[in-house]
Amino acid sequence: MNPGLTLATTARVLRQVRTDHRTIALIMVVPMVLIGLLAWIYDNTPVFDQVGPALLGVFPMVVMFVVTSVATLRERQSGTLERLLTTPMGKADFMLGYALGFGALATVQALLVTAFATWVCDLDVAGPVWLLVLVAVLDAVLGTSLGLLASGFARTEFQAVQFMPAFLLPQFLLCGLLVPRDQLPDLLRWISDLLPLSYAVDAMKGITALTDPLAEVASDLGVVAGFIVLALALASLTLSRRTP
Amino acid sequence: MTKTEGGPAVVIRGLNVVRGKRRVLPDLSLVVPPGQVVGLLGPSGSGKTTLMRAIVGVQIIESGTVTVLGHAAGSPAVRDRVGYVTQDPSVYLDLTIRENIAYFGRAVGLRGGDLRSAVDRTLVEVDLVSHADDLVRDLSGGQESRVSLACALVARPTLLVLDEPTVGLDPVLRRDLWNLFGDLATQGYSLIVSSHVMDEATRCDRLVLLREGRVLADVTPAELLAMTGTTDADTAFLALVEATDERDVR
Repeated sequence: MNPGLTLATTARVLRQVRTDHRTIALIMVVPMVLIGLLAWIYDNTPVFDQVGPALLGVFPMVVMFVVTSVATLRERQSGTLERLLTTPMGKADFMLGYALGFGALATVQALLVTAFATWVCDLDVAGPVWLLVLVAVLDAVLGTSLGLLASGFARTEFQAVQFMPAFLLPQFLLCGLLVPRDQLPDLLRWISDLLPLSYAVDAMKGITALTDPLAEVASDLGVVAGFIVLALALASLTLSRRTP
Repeated sequence: MTKTEGGPAVVIRGLNVVRGKRRVLPDLSLVVPPGQVVGLLGPSGSGKTTLMRAIVGVQIIESGTVTVLGHAAGSPAVRDRVGYVTQDPSVYLDLTIRENIAYFGRAVGLRGGDLRSAVDRTLVEVDLVSHADDLVRDLSGGQESRVSLACALVARPTLLVLDEPTVGLDPVLRRDLWNLFGDLATQGYSLIVSSHVMDEATRCDRLVLLREGRVLADVTPAELLAMTGTTDADTAFLALVEATDERDVR
């Protein structure tokens, strides 16, 4: 691994996105529209304050998952990845370069959507807003790293897009938003313990309910960070220098 | 970048490659001398691309050894000294020409002023100075393949492996590129250039004729014409193929 090569890749990924204005607009605007819609649906009820924070983490994650998995799949198909792997560029440089590049986009996205939720939609949480932003950023980076991993198993762009429901919707059903995790059937509860989104949503719930949630939230965030590292490491393994 | 240090650019011993159910390269051995333009000629499907992939170390091989600049093909020791240009352009369509070349320059460790001057020099070599800040997706096919070539030239690799680099280019540009290849070889760089256009054979220092994964001939252009009693590469290749077929029948 080499920081210079990693950052060169990050800069290149961001330059590529820069020429695609519609994608930038979709990344930034879609989560805000969804949060706005949610606030409107639950107007004059306490529900938005209860589920809003959790979805603040989920929406950016879904968007970043799709963007990242398609972007890296394109790189595999165009031959640029194979070419890069004949240079001193390492697999880790490639993966981290992508994670940092899309992570930067995810940070801007999380700042925008959290600001929109708090100031425009009057989302009210007991804990500090900065922690809300931090969890939203981590969730979006989680989406990016799961997208990098998923693209390793996709042969076509159709498959890459289908991985979104396959990888993310089960996590969404089991993360505790529909039914609290401790009320799930035992087997499903165990499965939900193994899924990263469960911890992301637990963290958001902590911020919603507690005025000083840092201690509660820290361990959940640690688990999410662990999943990010694990997904990136596994994603590097799906890159092979030699092919048949 | 360092030039080839005395020894051969590539040494291949007993190389076997199977792709799908087909044995593409059956027990191939070949030595590529340094500081020369070596033309890899043969009909499509003869194994040229597979051989080149084995040399740059991206091909899974069944057996045999491929040594490049004294090290195993594709090993970290040679990755910054080998440049590879695939047949289909592999560049980023949503970056400008300059950004593409600069990124591949950074990948081999060029930075700052060195990188800038290397990119400027390369733009001149592939005749794309006037388009340098255009996005690649707005270019023609021929221009795109020149960007792909530039992304390898920028690093001045000791060994340059080019898979059909002149397909779709006009005659003037083809001549200029072959002049560039010749100049590079004179300076001590080694080049392996595949082509199925036999008239390009005369621009090479040495020719390797490949058919169904076997080396039919490994000679200089003059030797090829002399041994087949012909006056152009096309006829010489046909003569060789027919001679080999007769041997196989007997």
